[in-house]
Amino acid sequence: MDRSEIEKLAHLARLEISPDALDEVASRISNVLALVDQLQALDTAHVEPMAHPLDAVQRLRADTVTEPDCRDAYLAIAPATENGLYLVPKVID
Amino acid sequence: MHNLTIAQMIRELRRKSFSSVELTEHFLQRIERLDSQYNSFVSITRDQALAQARAADARLAADNAPALCGIPLAHKDIFCTNGVRTSCGSKMLDNFVPPYDATIVENYLRDGVVMLGKTNMDEFAMGSSNETSYYGPVKNPWALNCVPGGSSGGSAASVAARIAPAATASDTGGSIRQPASLCGITGIKPTYGRVSRWGMIAFASSLDQAGLMTRTAEDAALLLNTMASFDGKDSTCVDEPIPDYTANLNQSISGLKIGLPKEYFGEGLSEGTARAVEEAVKTFEKLGATVHSISLPHSHIAVPAYYVIAPAECSANLSRFDGVRYGYRCENPQNLEDLYKRSRSEGFGEEVKRRIMVGCYALSAGFYDAYYAKAQKARRLIQQDFVDAFKQVDVIMGPTSPSPAFEFGSKGKDPVAMYLEDIYTIATNLAGLPGMSIPCGLVDNKPVGLQIIGNYFAEAQMLNVAHQFQQNTQFHELAPAGIQ
Repeated sequence: MDRSEIEKLAHLARLEISPDALDEVASRISNVLALVDQLQALDTAHVEPMAHPLDAVQRLRADTVTEPDCRDAYLAIAPATENGLYLVPKVID
Repeated sequence: MHNLTIAQMIRELRRKSFSSVELTEHFLQRIERLDSQYNSFVSITRDQALAQARAADARLAADNAPALCGIPLAHKDIFCTNGVRTSCGSKMLDNFVPPYDATIVENYLRDGVVMLGKTNMDEFAMGSSNETSYYGPVKNPWALNCVPGGSSGGSAASVAARIAPAATASDTGGSIRQPASLCGITGIKPTYGRVSRWGMIAFASSLDQAGLMTRTAEDAALLLNTMASFDGKDSTCVDEPIPDYTANLNQSISGLKIGLPKEYFGEGLSEGTARAVEEAVKTFEKLGATVHSISLPHSHIAVPAYYVIAPAECSANLSRFDGVRYGYRCENPQNLEDLYKRSRSEGFGEEVKRRIMVGCYALSAGFYDAYYAKAQKARRLIQQDFVDAFKQVDVIMGPTSPSPAFEFGSKGKDPVAMYLEDIYTIATNLAGLPGMSIPCGLVDNKPVGLQIIGNYFAEAQMLNVAHQFQQNTQFHELAPAGIQ
């Protein structure tokens, strides 16, 4: 992992890494990737990937309304709101 | 009062030896007086606790109260509590007051359990030492220069220090069992899907499981009776019958087949821990159990597989923290991207950011098959090891952690050294199996934990096995020096 790869990764994750921290972050992440690279030696031909320990599938439910209106409760904990909407910096000029 | 087990408190409340208000006040005062040494609580909910205790006393007077009515309990700060700040150990959620209760919090409220407060933890449950918490590390009551383990370090330390009778916790790769081991208490992680995840802040959804920290297996059984429920709001909750977990506690374990995986007793295991675990196994033999050597041949790939799957799921789960709807928001964002990036960079700590980036990498175009799909195949092989083992034995035992509590900062700055702390616990999460840790000895006056792994939904059997051990040993009664 070099500095430019870390910068690209940070952007994908919508994170900002200060330039003077890049080398350290790159070295720590490289250590983690070296650890997980042990997997590559494993023979997994004919093995099904496992997503749920009990191989459960998505449950369906009746299409009925179960949630009350929580708008005010949700807006009350937002950093910035206006007229019942979440407020963010201008997106379109 | 604080030396009583929950089973004893239940009896004494009904004998009117004390009221729930008196019991609650006693623990609140202990927290207020003693927790500055441990830092195990991030919030103390004194007023709500006393109001809940008064309501519990009224129910107890009416004589039809649920078993746990009036019992004080601490919640790990990962469980959403209506009107009470839920930080998940992060600056990101330092100002987050949920508008709803997690299902397990609701279950305990329904049964009249009193919430003492919220316990400290590694940030977003990512850590094995409690050193990543925004609120500072928790100290191990057995040795204040040592970590309590993590991520549920506050829950473990508060129970070990007798400032809470029990605490809820969560376990994604060992976060209940490892701190229980390091703090000398009983911890149980149920089968994946046994307990609702609704309202438990998500880290790695296919591995996260809520559970308990208690002093005894009997207390864990009593508390699990209320915690376990089928919850339609959690799409991975499993609709299996829920037994009374206390029903089989006193059953004999004569004839029990115990498997000892040879991979759990190799290089990396400290001598003192190995000895304590071997002694514990001898105790089980005296109780009539038979011991069998088994193999879990894919054990060595559990940590690598986990550090693909957990970060991948974490990167997806933590994408919800955007500075828009709740949680931390940076000052003066210049545009939407700046808002996202600075809110997340300032709100998350180093380990969390690292895992998000590793997860993004593993899931990014071109790498998905080599990392995430590969790790999910490894996961299947690890599960198959356990399925094969449970054809020969009833329970699996081994050490919970390679060694007892270590000193703050001793793992250095390489994250991988810390990751290896969970080398014996992670496979259980990958397979979705239930696991426990119970105290089985002291090394240099620091506790050692015995890990018990059960088959799917065999919590009652694991609790029976642990209870029989505790009926015949005193390790669970030991308290750290200075705690009376």
